[in-house]
Amino acid sequence: MTQQTWTVPGPLARLLALLPSFPPAWLMAQALNAALAPLLPPELLATLAGRRLRLRVTDAGVHADFTVAGGRIQALGSRGAPDVSIAASAWDFLQLARRAEDPDALFFARRLVIEGDTELGLRLKNALDALDLPPLELSLPPSPRAVVRAVVRLRGESPTGRADPGV
Amino acid sequence: MELVCPAGSLPALKAAVDNGADCVYLGLRDDTNARNFAGLNFDVAGLDQALAYAHARGRKVLLAVNTYPQPDGWGKWTRAVDLAAERGVDAVILADLGLMEYAATRHPDLRLHLSVQGSATTYEAINLYRRLFGVQRAVLPRVLALRQIEELVARTEVEIEVFGFGGLCVMVEGRCQLSSYVTGESPNTAGACSPARAVRWEETPGGLESRLGGVLINRFGAGEHAAYPTLCKGRFEVAGELYYAIEEPASLNTLELLPELARCGVRAVKIEGRQRSPAYVAQVTRVWRAAIDALAANAARFAVKPGWDTELRRLSEGRSQTLGAYHRPWK
Repeated sequence: MTQQTWTVPGPLARLLALLPSFPPAWLMAQALNAALAPLLPPELLATLAGRRLRLRVTDAGVHADFTVAGGRIQALGSRGAPDVSIAASAWDFLQLARRAEDPDALFFARRLVIEGDTELGLRLKNALDALDLPPLELSLPPSPRAVVRAVVRLRGESPTGRADPGV
Repeated sequence: MELVCPAGSLPALKAAVDNGADCVYLGLRDDTNARNFAGLNFDVAGLDQALAYAHARGRKVLLAVNTYPQPDGWGKWTRAVDLAAERGVDAVILADLGLMEYAATRHPDLRLHLSVQGSATTYEAINLYRRLFGVQRAVLPRVLALRQIEELVARTEVEIEVFGFGGLCVMVEGRCQLSSYVTGESPNTAGACSPARAVRWEETPGGLESRLGGVLINRFGAGEHAAYPTLCKGRFEVAGELYYAIEEPASLNTLELLPELARCGVRAVKIEGRQRSPAYVAQVTRVWRAAIDALAANAARFAVKPGWDTELRRLSEGRSQTLGAYHRPWK
């Protein structure tokens, strides 16, 4: 397990926490439908149907809720209790996606927490582990400043037109 | 010495093979094996892919059918043994005597390994398995000291496999009923000490709480490393003191004993963890391959490299390690 981590800086996390969670969840759902859903076993999609799955990025202070309907991943608004909630830092989620980290090792180190329906969470974890794919070749996360600029652009404001959030 | 590595999925099997496992052991997607977790393990198509991948690279695949069949499930367990023979698995790992008899008579060419779940700790018991069923390898329960292993190996022609690394339990293999008190399922018959449906985790102001079958079994304060939610690794109040009354969460790591195990005549070393991810399998297999190769190259100068130890410690339960019963000078 790597010791090296990257943490979403506090000021950026506070900024992200102010944003509604639905748009990023929707964007992520589109990406997952394109990249992942066709590869997932039908029985897993059936198990997830109608269940609320929450991914909580602990250091960014944000979460996104999903469900499966009609065999497709759908974003949900963040109101309502999730059936299962998976929490980790942005860095650790990235490492898990790249299969560079063992989830159990992260769990022993208290860097990954699954709350709610453990069986649902385990089923999801094991299904992702079983996908016979080359690991995602993701580069290091973008710099915090680049993320802030992108967020500000999304909000239709000039990066220079606001006080620097200090990151 | 053979390196026997775990796989709960095809990517894990590939990780084991690619990183130098000689044999990979796996189970079917049901309660015929002792790692029966939701979404884990192999269906028939997956088993065929696993066999093709391993055999193309000259490695072996062992199928664990190591739970104890109940009277109404006998057909499911014998079908698992039949499947192993039909698909060309290199050996089946069995615990149940009836299943041993079935395999030996129905599939005389199928190689038999005695599972750790068989709980055979003496050469007399192991030789009896040999005489009755032609067992070719026995996996020793993790209760013997090195001296005892040495004496046992000297008195049997059955190949001996020992655990080298991974999760530990209270070592009443094949006989443990503990978790059934709170889950209603015995690991020996249903294949899991902590069936996921019975497990709940919750972050509370007092710490991370784990519940099994609704019973609070542990609470981890800030900064404490977490452990698997099994009853044996719970913290209990005994005589007014709250502590790990049965067993502390730790992983076995016998890397430093490798030269001794080889000298004793141990034929194979087993890595625990079919429930773990492909990342774990890759990392542990890589370290153990390097260690076994270093031993083969120059046994006299073998030493555990700090990098190996660091890597294994990070993957250990509770991030702590033990030599278990192997190092027990008092026997």
